[in-house]
Amino acid sequence: MQIKNLKAGKEILYSGVLYTARDQAHKRLVEAIKKKKKLPVDLKGAVIYYCGPTRTPKGKVIGSCGPTTASRMDEFAVALLKAGVKAMIGKGRRSPEVIAAIKKYQAVYFLTYAGCGALLAKFVKKAKPVAYRDLGPEAILKLEVKNFPLIVGIDAKGGSIYGKG
Amino acid sequence: MKTISAKKIQNVVADLCLEANFILRRDVLACLKAAYARETNPRAKKALAAIIKNAAEARKEKLAICQDTGLPCVFVELGSAVRVAGDLKAAINKGIEIGYKRGCLRNSVVRDPVLRGAPGFTPALIHIDIVPGDKLKLTVMPKGFGCENKTQLKMFRPTAKIEEVKRFIVDAVKCAGPDACPPYVVGVGIGGSADYACLLAKKALLRSVVRRPSPVVRNRNTEYGIWNMERILLRLINRLGIGPMGLGGKCTALAVNIATYPTHIAGLPVAVNISCHALRSATRALS
Repeated sequence: MQIKNLKAGKEILYSGVLYTARDQAHKRLVEAIKKKKKLPVDLKGAVIYYCGPTRTPKGKVIGSCGPTTASRMDEFAVALLKAGVKAMIGKGRRSPEVIAAIKKYQAVYFLTYAGCGALLAKFVKKAKPVAYRDLGPEAILKLEVKNFPLIVGIDAKGGSIYGKG
Repeated sequence: MKTISAKKIQNVVADLCLEANFILRRDVLACLKAAYARETNPRAKKALAAIIKNAAEARKEKLAICQDTGLPCVFVELGSAVRVAGDLKAAINKGIEIGYKRGCLRNSVVRDPVLRGAPGFTPALIHIDIVPGDKLKLTVMPKGFGCENKTQLKMFRPTAKIEEVKRFIVDAVKCAGPDACPPYVVGVGIGGSADYACLLAKKALLRSVVRRPSPVVRNRNTEYGIWNMERILLRLINRLGIGPMGLGGKCTALAVNIATYPTHIAGLPVAVNISCHALRSATRALS
């Protein structure tokens, strides 16, 4: 995936690794970065998926696993981008600060089908908790996905699918 | 007097949790399909197709329609001729816990709103209404919080123009924008008190989202007035062009449902409770 070739509005199918992280995991990661502690996952080049899935039913890889509202992660996203995160997946708008950081660190923000957690579960081939298990559904999971549908929301030039403002 | 055991209530609540989370309401699905048929914007059409496919997938695979299986809200209509043998609220909470565990639904409730902590399944938010009769009606509504976060309340002056009220409702949707999983269902509560208007707005979401035929009496201050206001608001909201997933298109809202109640001479409370397209609830009456 060449980030600089991804223009807002472009649809892609992503195959590779995602790390789930939402509110509390973000809070902890940023605290750890501030205190210069070792992080439980390597953020260099990481793709972060704003998602807290349902519990995994017997015989399935994962439960329902759609995106959560990205703007709640805005206050933490700049620090994570600085630490090397290359892409974020969520739903909805981002703050001007996050858009500026996406440009600065040449990253990308993707949307995926919101409120479609049962459908998105089909594209997840492996799921494993890797950090903060005590947070329950907010733990960080490592997901291996195949042909996961994404739409570029904000590109590395700061272009947005929602237009200006 | 009719006696209903707490155990029975517990079992029904557990079943309703699964039904609400796995099977999208028939009225909501019908509206989504109608929106799909009407839509001409290719991206919006694709998003609606994904939403409709998701509902089928959830039902078939017994997976939650959305991973946010909500803050469980339970509405109880308790007939005055019904006696509950046992603890009603405890039975409801036990039912929620059993249902959520059985369905592998998400534990999204933190006991301490300030300190947070590890999430569990309960307590549910329970609203009990005593009504005439010998039936007990239970409704489980798993309300996602992406859209709950977009709730708005405004205490208008009693002399406020209806246009101001309409603008406030449309602006609440505009404010939610693409964030809370459009196309929305917009629940509106008008009247009562601050707290009651919010409850009315949420309860309005339980009503069918399929457009009702026009009531017969064409009088501004009756059922017709509200019916007409819903019609106008839906048109105004759909003109915002937010569209499915916020990517543009004709359908920003599937429906506007307004519930009203008498209020004080000094005020006009208006609450807006937005639901995402995954508007979920399931109801059963026991007798």
